[in-house]
Amino acid sequence: MNQIIDKKRLAEGINLFEIEAPLIARKRKPGQFVIIRIDENGERIPLTIADVNKEKGIITIVVQVVGKTTEHLGTLSPGDSLLDVVGPLGQPTHIEKFGTVVAIGGGVGHAVCFPIAKGMKDAGNYLITIVGARTKGLIILEEETKKFSDEFYITTDDGSYGKKGLVTDQLKELLEGGKKIDLVLAAGPAIMMKFVSLMTKEYGIKTIVSLNSIMVDGTGMCGVCRVEVGGKTKFACVDGPEFDGHEVNYDLLMKRLATYKEEEKLAYDRYMQKIKDKGKEM
Amino acid sequence: MVEKKKKKKKKRPPRQEMPRQDPKERRMNFNEVALGFSEETAVIEASRCIGCPKPECIDGCPVFVDIPEFIKLVQEKKFVEASKKIKETNILPAICGRVCPQETQCEIVCVLSKIDKPVAIGRLERFVADYEAAAGEVEIPPKSEPKGKKVAVVGSGPAGLTVAGELAKMGYEVIIFEALHKPGGVLVYGIPEFRLPKAIVAREVDFVEKLGVELKTNFVVGRTVTVEEFFDQGYGAVFLGLGAGLPWFLNLPGINLVGIYSANEFLTRSNLMKAYLFPEYDTPLRVGKKAVVIGGGNVAMDSVRTALRLGAKETHIIYRRSRKEMPAREEEIENAEAEGVIFDFLVNPVEFLGDKEGRVCGMKLIRMELGEPDESGRRRPVPIEGSEFVYNCDTVVIAIGQGPNPLALSTMKDLKLNKWGYIVADIETCKTSMKGVFAGGDIVTGEATVIEAMGFGWRASIAIDKYFTTGEW
Repeated sequence: MNQIIDKKRLAEGINLFEIEAPLIARKRKPGQFVIIRIDENGERIPLTIADVNKEKGIITIVVQVVGKTTEHLGTLSPGDSLLDVVGPLGQPTHIEKFGTVVAIGGGVGHAVCFPIAKGMKDAGNYLITIVGARTKGLIILEEETKKFSDEFYITTDDGSYGKKGLVTDQLKELLEGGKKIDLVLAAGPAIMMKFVSLMTKEYGIKTIVSLNSIMVDGTGMCGVCRVEVGGKTKFACVDGPEFDGHEVNYDLLMKRLATYKEEEKLAYDRYMQKIKDKGKEM
Repeated sequence: MVEKKKKKKKKRPPRQEMPRQDPKERRMNFNEVALGFSEETAVIEASRCIGCPKPECIDGCPVFVDIPEFIKLVQEKKFVEASKKIKETNILPAICGRVCPQETQCEIVCVLSKIDKPVAIGRLERFVADYEAAAGEVEIPPKSEPKGKKVAVVGSGPAGLTVAGELAKMGYEVIIFEALHKPGGVLVYGIPEFRLPKAIVAREVDFVEKLGVELKTNFVVGRTVTVEEFFDQGYGAVFLGLGAGLPWFLNLPGINLVGIYSANEFLTRSNLMKAYLFPEYDTPLRVGKKAVVIGGGNVAMDSVRTALRLGAKETHIIYRRSRKEMPAREEEIENAEAEGVIFDFLVNPVEFLGDKEGRVCGMKLIRMELGEPDESGRRRPVPIEGSEFVYNCDTVVIAIGQGPNPLALSTMKDLKLNKWGYIVADIETCKTSMKGVFAGGDIVTGEATVIEAMGFGWRASIAIDKYFTTGEW
């Protein structure tokens, strides 16, 4: 169960895993996620289901190394198994024909954006995709996304690829170009979603963001993922992960995401030290 | 059989105390607080049972354990037999012996309690269950003829385990579906190790599996599979033992500050995810210098005692009524007091205060006084106008209760819920508004006790068997 069938390196520190999970693959709709646990001592982390193959019973997840668990995950290979995979969790994206949809994926957040964008294209929308990253090496799923995008743009902070600047610069260009946009989707760092939402609010364009809160159970039982949307407390795991971008309190989200910054660093350093020590022994 | 009745004329011994870890020691560790009876004290305690002709203790037990009979076996030092006797109707004796509120169930109706302290039924139950396990003699009762009928049980808490075990004994094919990665429900995520060691839960879950029950974890009913699909897949009945898994927060300014936890999150991190062993285990849980738990029930006591053990320098209970009205078991309140928890009564938060980083750094509390009794019979707390004051703290756990988790329920359109969102089900038969769907435990009654949930499971097993036999709904 939960065996890794395939693994691809998408960018420096970002891996794609195909995992055998037939029951989840059968049920999953775009926008939903799984919670995984690698081993008995592991923590539970949420990961968006980037893609599925229902026939083969496979789900795809894309993972960037940001701490101990993701570092550990990156060391796993096809044939290895995850101890726990549960899902599909969260509300599926509301997909219909809106007209022109701009999908914005920032960094590894593009893996979250990817299935939603694909779903929007399948529903008959004119799809414009903007993928942004710090630098060229961190752009993921470029070819795959191009395939179904009507327009496709890349931005990098350092200008090493595509347009130099932020995703919001590209979005602004589209907006100022007078393009009629019916919906904007954004998934990526909280700060990016915040600025995308601020911009689209000015233009009065409906904006959906996918929030990456800390979670434990993923079923609405613990409330660690709570976010404020329109001044009301919501649970990202069961009410979301997608919300109206104009209503989200991003500053709170960022503060809550930093809850365990110190512990995360400690766990990561300890893990890396262990690996180093192991290397020395050999 | 010849009954040897040596009538003892000597004075009845006092109710036997169960040794506990010293409070100074135990506040530093997660080992079990209560240490259990020795054989000798168990026999002395059992000898206190007068074997009354009309024992009321049995009716005091939601699963009708034959208490006088098992105590008699303890008197005869037949400890394994005593454990088996309990397991005829209660498949989780080591758990019940630890967490049942016997003082309001079997022990309160004990005849002795009119003239003396009641027989320590719970402690004896715990003793014989542990004795049997330690003796390595846990015997699996013979299986009945397979009935060729399948039952899906949703949730592996006390209600689910009980209905599953009892139905398996009758010959049904039973599969439990659990959303989390470990079976046990509240027994594993909610109740701390120092009150209910997880090895003991694992042992009793193992017994349920040995009865023939299959357990599927990581299975979220309503997401991974729906109840309707169960019927399509050939299940003849479904039991919903979902528990009350939706934490209530206080609708106050600042409630989402970092460092404010629901008791569910706080306890799940510590118990299920073993955050108390961080960084050996990956899940962290931060308690600051001064941890405050809001609430006065057993969950509040579990949370505050967990915070203490996690290293908080100062731990407080904030409760809006007085000690007398606290719903927690007396024993747990005393344990917390002995360990150094400070109780602040007749105060209630009105606002949470945060620092620049969005972390909680205090609360604004208001003083309360007790007014007229409310519907629960307890005196209603009334705020004293103008009595607000600022109270510093850096960790807050909200333990004011929980409601029904709508995740699975929202996918069942024909299932009737009451105005609070709990399932409408018959208390006796556990039947819901959907044919073939039974429900019991906290998802029907709201938060209650382990043994009450087990009572539901027990009654549901009888009702489900009857439903299969007669076909009548």
